[in-house]
Amino acid sequence: MTAQMIDGHTADRIQSRWGPGVIPYAQMGYWNPDYEPKDTDILAAFRVTPQPGVPPEEAAAAVAGESSTATWTVVWTDRLTTYDRYQAKCFRVDPVPGSDGQYMAYIAYDIDLFEEGSIANMTSSIIGNVFGFKALRALRLEDIRIPPGYAKTFQGPPHGIVMEREYLNKFGRPLLGATVKPKLGLSARNYGRVVFEALRGGLDFTKDDENINSQPFMRWRDRFLFAMEGVERAQASTGEVKGHYMNVTAATMEEMYERAELARDIGSVVVMVDLTVGYTAIASMSRWARRNGVLLHLHRAGHSTFTRQKNHGVSFRVVAKWCRLMGVDHLHAGTVVGKLEGDPNMVQGYYDTLRLGHVDANPIQGLLFEQDWASLAGVMPVASGGIHAAQMPQLLHYLGEDTILQFGGGTIGHPMGIAAGAAANRIAVEAMIKARNEGRNVLEEGPEALRQAARRSPELQMALDTWGEISFNYESTDTADVIPTPSM
Amino acid sequence: MRITQGAFSYLPDLTEAEIGLQVQYAIDNGWAIAVELTDDPHPRNTYWEMWGLPMFEISSPSAVLHEIDRCRQAFPSHYVRVSAYDASYGRQTTALSFLVQRPEKEPGFRLDRQERSDRRIGYQLHAYAADRPHGERYGA
Repeated sequence: MTAQMIDGHTADRIQSRWGPGVIPYAQMGYWNPDYEPKDTDILAAFRVTPQPGVPPEEAAAAVAGESSTATWTVVWTDRLTTYDRYQAKCFRVDPVPGSDGQYMAYIAYDIDLFEEGSIANMTSSIIGNVFGFKALRALRLEDIRIPPGYAKTFQGPPHGIVMEREYLNKFGRPLLGATVKPKLGLSARNYGRVVFEALRGGLDFTKDDENINSQPFMRWRDRFLFAMEGVERAQASTGEVKGHYMNVTAATMEEMYERAELARDIGSVVVMVDLTVGYTAIASMSRWARRNGVLLHLHRAGHSTFTRQKNHGVSFRVVAKWCRLMGVDHLHAGTVVGKLEGDPNMVQGYYDTLRLGHVDANPIQGLLFEQDWASLAGVMPVASGGIHAAQMPQLLHYLGEDTILQFGGGTIGHPMGIAAGAAANRIAVEAMIKARNEGRNVLEEGPEALRQAARRSPELQMALDTWGEISFNYESTDTADVIPTPSM
Repeated sequence: MRITQGAFSYLPDLTEAEIGLQVQYAIDNGWAIAVELTDDPHPRNTYWEMWGLPMFEISSPSAVLHEIDRCRQAFPSHYVRVSAYDASYGRQTTALSFLVQRPEKEPGFRLDRQERSDRRIGYQLHAYAADRPHGERYGA
């Protein structure tokens, strides 16, 4: 560790830790390689790219300092506190393999630093100030570890996977959904037609898209009423429970509550909000959803602005943890095979993070910490964006059974109509689950099982003929740093 | 109409051999298996009649297939479902559920609408079969 200053000061001006002026963050206690994290600490792993000439430990200490107690200069008022408790401590800095100039910095925060049950507070602390720091070229929050004592201060999902399945009376297979398309422009009456056709054809859910709120071509109240007519008619024609995610995203909490209350009153089992409403607003909707027995779907609108680039921003696995804490029942988490960003290992890490009660560290999946969820319910991950029936073997293989597979274009774009598109997806998922349970390998034998099922289903045959060859094979931008050692 | 509750209602009705394979899957997972029946197919009818207690610690599907058979013979015109239950921590819920018998003729549901204020509609799902008392709903 050198004593080089990040702003040009020299070490000989520094008298002591408490002398006036500027001393390196590392020397103020924010770099402490001997620190052993406590079980109650919140841990964070940051990918740090220091400016040229800034030692990695100093850059990491600066992150620890600015995300906890420090300011740019020594202040004597620190001495009025038990500052060594309130200081975040960077206790480990590793070079990132294969990425010159990047370092993984592990920082421990005392549990006292955070307000109970507040994602707003945790994010204001951990990502509040440090991302614009001049001494850093780039910074990314890769993962966090929430200790059980802090996790228990959050409500968590209003219902969770188990309750949702019991409520819907649907077990043993992925749930199926579709986003109504076109996203914008349909009148309420036409919109409800898509809802009805997709649900009666065999889907469990239809969905408002993230940007369908209450525009001039279709006001929210009209949409809700017509969508509910579609839901109810589909229930009557199938004998199943169905739902339409009614997007209550609005400009103010008061308007969101008003919309959610109408959705509840007319019998909807589910409402949705967009990530753009903010963490506190989502947490408020989560309380509302628990209180009113309505499932809460979260669309991660906007997340790629800060999750996608590998060297700067916040990893989606961290956002997923925040979402599970503040409490949503559904969260979009990637498809692996569809049109949107998602490396298979990373996506499996997000799914485990959302679903399991206890998640082991697994660097190949980008999971840098063990996470004990302390009996917080699981979130149903949603796979949406450019997926179709022919991909069912890969979808089941990668994503498993506790998931919602959403086929928007893959339902509504079916040449035989929306209900036929829905039926094709339902037949495909049932055939795949049946084959898996019979002991067949879904990845290898799944395509054949699909073709067999298609012999009895012209809808599925048409889906396979239309989309069977469509794939989105682009390189992912967000991948694991570790390269898995091939097993013998 | 065809009621599509259960995991495999969009596929052709399962054969005995196919039911056996699904039961084997449940056994391999350590799940308990229940046989249940009803003549009220309303989607919110949660509690179907239990055909005996759930079967725990079974070693082969034949015992379950035997119970399914006895249940079907006693109630040839009811819905019969097989449910597998996962008692492990974090689940403690049904893991798989599928129909193994349905009435020959399924009359389906009537949707009643009650017009309320502000263009709201109160919906009521009504199974035609439920107009008749238990046991007389699906013919002989």
